Amino acid sequence: MSNESMNGMASGAPTGENAVANLADKWELRLYTAGQTPKSVLAFNNLKRICEQYMPGRYHIEVVDLMQNPRLAKEDQIVAIPTLVRKLPEPLRKIIGDLSDTERTLVGLQLRPRGP
Amino acid sequence: MNDPLPPSSALRALASMNSDAIGGPLASDLPKARTGITGLDEITLGGLPRGRPTLVCGSAGCGKTLLAMEFLIRGATEFGEPGACITFEETEKELAQNVLSLGFDVDRLVREGKLAFDHIHIDRREIEETGEYDLEGLFLRLGLAIDSVGAKRVVLDTIESLFSGFSNMALLRSELRRLFRWLKDRGVTAVITAERGDGTLTRQGLEEYVSDCVILLDHRVDAQRSTRRLRVVKYRGTNHGTNEYPFLIDEHGISVLPITSLGLQHRVSTERVASGVTRLDAMLGGKGYYRGSSILVSGTAGSGKSTLAAHFADATCRQGERCLYLAFEESPDQIVRNMRSVGIDLRTWIDKGLLRVEASRPAVHGLEMHLAQIHRLVGEFEPQAVVIDPMSNFADSQYSLDAASMMLRLIDYLKSKGVTAMFVSLTSGGHALEATDVGVSSLIDTWLVLRDIEAGGERNRGLYVIKSRGMKHSNQIREFVITSGGIDLLDVYVGPEGVLTGSLRAAQEAREKSAALDLEQEMKRRQRELERRRTVLAAQIDALQHEVRVIDEESAVQLEQFRLATNSIESDRSAAARRRGGDGEKR
Repeated sequence: MSNESMNGMASGAPTGENAVANLADKWELRLYTAGQTPKSVLAFNNLKRICEQYMPGRYHIEVVDLMQNPRLAKEDQIVAIPTLVRKLPEPLRKIIGDLSDTERTLVGLQLRPRGP
Repeated sequence: MNDPLPPSSALRALASMNSDAIGGPLASDLPKARTGITGLDEITLGGLPRGRPTLVCGSAGCGKTLLAMEFLIRGATEFGEPGACITFEETEKELAQNVLSLGFDVDRLVREGKLAFDHIHIDRREIEETGEYDLEGLFLRLGLAIDSVGAKRVVLDTIESLFSGFSNMALLRSELRRLFRWLKDRGVTAVITAERGDGTLTRQGLEEYVSDCVILLDHRVDAQRSTRRLRVVKYRGTNHGTNEYPFLIDEHGISVLPITSLGLQHRVSTERVASGVTRLDAMLGGKGYYRGSSILVSGTAGSGKSTLAAHFADATCRQGERCLYLAFEESPDQIVRNMRSVGIDLRTWIDKGLLRVEASRPAVHGLEMHLAQIHRLVGEFEPQAVVIDPMSNFADSQYSLDAASMMLRLIDYLKSKGVTAMFVSLTSGGHALEATDVGVSSLIDTWLVLRDIEAGGERNRGLYVIKSRGMKHSNQIREFVITSGGIDLLDVYVGPEGVLTGSLRAAQEAREKSAALDLEQEMKRRQRELERRRTVLAAQIDALQHEVRVIDEESAVQLEQFRLATNSIESDRSAAARRRGGDGEKR
């Protein structure tokens, strides 16, 4: 699927369940982990790959180790590990898991509409 | 005379011994954490398993969250065990508001560092699952909450919400298993709430993981009235009450009402209280009821039960004691008016604050609420006597079992408080007089039956004492008359046709009066006859005595004549001797 078609689908679509993010936006992503677990490392690598592919140069990834700062888990409502939070563009989205399912990750980041 | 009852101090010692036994070696060696919830600690013989998770399940609105919260709050306030609560449904603010009405100030406890809350909010719509994950975040948050206050108690309410938040069931289940093991390892006493499933204890089968103690709550509506019930389904490694126990939620939180928990250790009094009817006191060993005993007055409609109860209330207030009158049929004003017509002035006592009349319809609340209300009123007003008029209204056919257990609990409660309780029970026509609808007669100490005696085209009232524990009581039926001056008890006439009352009694009285009159006249007649015979005899005695006197006199005369005669003969002879010049003097 090309970038043009995705933009076309995004235009006029409401910011809802099936909304697609505007690729021109600045992306702020936060990945919550609990220590250096294989799942966390895998998640980070997967995220990096997707970002490089879809939003090169327009993203910022912050990794939060909840082992170091468990209070943030409460403040940011984190239950599952790893959790990726899309802080920007709005609305806030949460994606859990090691991001190995690229299709679902893209849907979660609203880079792709939810399938039928 | 020796007091047949052991001194009260001995009883108290016995009672405290038994309460010590709860949770002691007798119950189980399993360490337990007291919940502080009224009644629950009795059922579980000391509380929930310490350091282990307990599952509390039940359908929506049955009080799971409240039970869990009370466990937590009482732990923090009464047992010095701080608590941590992870909520999945309500926020901390909502929870605090919910329990504020029960007098728990959660905000203060949080400020004082005795409680920690964390609300876990999972919205599936904003979550996408993209592969392997775990719930380490939950563990971290729980650990944080526990560590922040040094919690000994943990509540997870309602952890099943996780199942709607995540789709990977296999992962969730393994994580839950890990969670419960983790809780055990931390040594916290945990309460986990769960929704009741269809045919299973919990919707997600949590009982598989939490196998130490499972408590089931239930909220049933029978005959449009609701009753809450609690049952300990399982409690590994210890004894526990297995029954379904009704519980209620009032402004003091949950109270489970275990029928057997009170035992029979209440103190008894040998003091007597007046029934308000002198002749009735006389029937009860001359002194009236025992203080703190339960009195049942049963009878058919219109037999004067309420009047008897009002007399008792009046007598109680007359002693300067407080009486609580719970009316379920009449309004307070109606009772006051009706009783004034028989010469009992209840208004004075109400105005003096000695009498409190509380009226409500039995159908207004479920039984539990009534019980709660009575508990509250007794707690507030601290009466020395309670009248419940009538208790039979609680018993309709499908409900009688509950009503019986409720009455049982009520009687136990009042006894433990040393309150003299009078229960009025209406016996409906078809039943045996000795059958109370509520079936509590065996718990009653003194049972008075008022019955109608129909004879001679009249309906009259009779009263007798079926039983009265611990005192000599009359076995007689008394006629029960309600006059403008109150109740009066009269002797009844027992004739060949049975007991006579009313005008038959009056007729019998007249008959007996005339018979007595006849007897008197007969007696007088006989007396007169005897008198006459006596007079005759006396006259005869006189005559005879006269005769005796005549004979005596005659005898005296004869003796004199004889003596004179003898003398003259003697003198004649000596004269003759002299004349002969004889030797008569020589001899």
